[in-house]
Amino acid sequence: MTFLEIVEGPLWTLASSVFLIGAAWRIFGIIRLGRKKDISIPRASALLGAIKGQFLHFVPHGGFSFRTRYHLIAGYMFHLGLFGLLIYAAPHVLFLKENVVGFEWVALPRWGFILTAEIAFTGLILLWIRRISDPVMIQLSDADDHIGSWLTFLTMLTGCMALQESHDSLRAVHMLFVDIWLIYMPFSRLMHSVTFMFSRGYTGAFFGRRGVVP
Amino acid sequence: MSVDKAIEVLKSNIDASAASYLDACVHCGQCAQACHFYENTGDVRYTPAYKMDLMRRVYKRHKAPLSGIKRAIGLVPDELTMDDLKEWEDLLYDSCTLCGRCTIVCPMGIDIAGMVRKSREGLVAAGVVPEDLISAAKRAIEFGSPLKITPDVLRKVCAKQEEEIGIPIPIDQEGADYLVILSAMEVLQFYEVIGAIAKIFRQAGVSWTISTDGYEATNIGIQMGDKDIARTLVGRIVGAAEKLKVKYVISPECGHAYSALKWEGPNLMGRAYDFEIIHMLELLDQLQAEGRIKLKGKDDRRLTFHDPCQIVRRGGVVEEPRRLMNMVSSNFVEMDNHGTANICCGGGGGVSSNSRAETLRLKAFASKKKQLDAVQPDALVTACANCRNVLEEAIDDYEMDMPVLGLTELVAEYLDETR
Ligand code: SF4
Ligand code: SF4
Repeated sequence: MTFLEIVEGPLWTLASSVFLIGAAWRIFGIIRLGRKKDISIPRASALLGAIKGQFLHFVPHGGFSFRTRYHLIAGYMFHLGLFGLLIYAAPHVLFLKENVVGFEWVALPRWGFILTAEIAFTGLILLWIRRISDPVMIQLSDADDHIGSWLTFLTMLTGCMALQESHDSLRAVHMLFVDIWLIYMPFSRLMHSVTFMFSRGYTGAFFGRRGVVP
Repeated sequence: MSVDKAIEVLKSNIDASAASYLDACVHCGQCAQACHFYENTGDVRYTPAYKMDLMRRVYKRHKAPLSGIKRAIGLVPDELTMDDLKEWEDLLYDSCTLCGRCTIVCPMGIDIAGMVRKSREGLVAAGVVPEDLISAAKRAIEFGSPLKITPDVLRKVCAKQEEEIGIPIPIDQEGADYLVILSAMEVLQFYEVIGAIAKIFRQAGVSWTISTDGYEATNIGIQMGDKDIARTLVGRIVGAAEKLKVKYVISPECGHAYSALKWEGPNLMGRAYDFEIIHMLELLDQLQAEGRIKLKGKDDRRLTFHDPCQIVRRGGVVEEPRRLMNMVSSNFVEMDNHGTANICCGGGGGVSSNSRAETLRLKAFASKKKQLDAVQPDALVTACANCRNVLEEAIDDYEMDMPVLGLTELVAEYLDETR
C-alpha cells in the first residue's frame, strides 16, 4: 500500500469516523446537560428568538470599532474562502463524489480557485496576526487556538500545492493534513463551526422570551 | 473546603446553554470593545470572555464531552484554587454590571452576563464576595431593605408625599388591582415618584396599594448571585401580593428588580404567580393608549433617554419609554446606539453598591459620557433609580451640567390636572 493509498484509504476512514463520532458525541454531550424549564411567562416566542438569533450575530451591532471591522472583514474572508475551496475546488468535487455523496457539481475554474484561496489565506493570516499581536487576543488564546489555526493553514497550503495533481506525494501530504484535521476537530475549538448554532440559539431564545431583538 | 463548594456550584451551573457558550467561544476578543470597563481602561483582564474563565476551566476539566480522555492524558486545565477565586472576584463583581452589551457584538451570541451571574454563584458558595454586598444583603434580610427602609420609614415617606400632593396613598389595601413596590433608592432619594404615581393613578382611575410586608423591589440576592437570598426577597413581594389579592405587581423604575421579579422570580419560587408582573413603563404606555391619562404641554428642553440595561436590552421594554418620551417632550433626541445597544451607566449588577469599585465605575462612565456628548442634551431622562443615582454621581464627577430625571415623574409633571 502506498502512502497515498493509506491516507486516502484506512486513515481517511479512521479520520472521518473519529470526526463524525467525535462531533456527534460533542453535540450530544452539550444537549445531554439539559436545561431547567423556564416557568416565567414569556412575552414572545423563545423558538422564534432562537431562529432569529442564528442570523442576528452574522453582523455585530452596537457600533463598529476598528476591532469589530477587522474581525468582520478578516473573518468573512477566511470563512467564505474556506467554504468556497472546500465545496467548489475541482479535486474536492471529485473526491466528494467518489467517497461521500456519489454525485458532482460545477467546480471552480482554476482562476476562481486561486482567487478564493487568496481570499481565504489573507483572512486566515490576518486573523492569526491579530491573535499573536492584539493584547486582548493574546490574553484569551490558548494552545488549542494556535494548533487549530496552524492545522487549517497547513491543510490549505498543502491543498494548494497539490492542485496541479503533478505529484502523488503532494496529494498524499494534503490528505494527511486533512486526516489530522478531521481527527483533531472534535477535540478542539474548531467545533465552533457547529456549536455556534447552539450558543446563538440559546441566547436567541433568552431574548425571544423577552420579546427583544437585541 | 469552600473552594470545593464553589467548584460544585460552578459544575451544577453548567447546563446545555453554558456548555454551548464555553464550547463556541473562539477567543476572538470582539466582546472587549463592547465593554465599558475594557474600553476605558485598556486592561485586557476586563475582556468579557475572560470573565467566563472560572466556568471554562471547570467545564473543560469536569464536564466537557471527551474531558475524560483529555484528563487521562493531562490535557485539562488545573483545578480551581482559592487564589483563583480571589483573583476573579474583582472581575466578576467590580468590572461587570451584567449589562449584556458584549452579547450583541459576539459572533457566537454568547450571553456573558448570564455566565458572570452563574460564576458569581460559585463565589458566593466560597464566601468570596465584596464586603459591601454581604452587608447590604444582611440589611435586606434584617430590615427589609438594603438601605434600611423599614415599614415605618416607608409609612413616613408616604405620609409626607400624601401631605405634599394632597392625594391619599393607599397602604395595605386588600383587593386593590395593582401593588406598587419601590426601590430603596426611590424611597430614600427620589421619593417624589410616589406622589407622581398617586397623581397618575388618580387620573387614570387605577386601584392600587403599597404593602408594608413587601415593598422593597431591589434584590441584592440577584446581584450577588445568592439564590437563597434572592428567593427570600422575591418571596416577600409574592407573599404580600397574594395576601392583598392584587391582580398585578408593578415593577418600578429599577432595572434588576424587573428581571428579579418577572424573569427570575417564578423560577426561584418554583411556581407561577397568582398575579401578573407589569413594568411601570408598560402600564403608563397602556394607560395612555387607552386614553386614561391626558397630558398637557411638553418639555421643550433637549432631552435624551438612558436605557436601563435590565429593563430595555435584557427586559424587553424597548418602545414604551420612547412613546412616553415623545408624549412629554417636544425635543426628544436619541443617542447613538440607543435602545438594545445602549451603554450601561456603569453601576448595574451590584457595582454601585460595591464601594471599592467606585473609581473603576467612574472610569467606565466615560463611554456613556461620549454617547451624551455627541447629542448634547439639556437633561437626561431614565427609568431606573439606581441608574439615576449612578448617573448623577458620575455627571457631577465629570463636572458636566445635566439634570437627570425619572420618566414616571416627568409624565406626572405634564398631567392635565384640569381633567
Ligand atoms: S455584561 Fe456588560 S459589563 Fe459585563 S462583561 Fe459584558 S459588556 Fe462588560
Ligand atoms: S466575542 Fe464572543 S466568541 Fe469572541 S471572545 Fe468574546 S465571547 Fe468569545
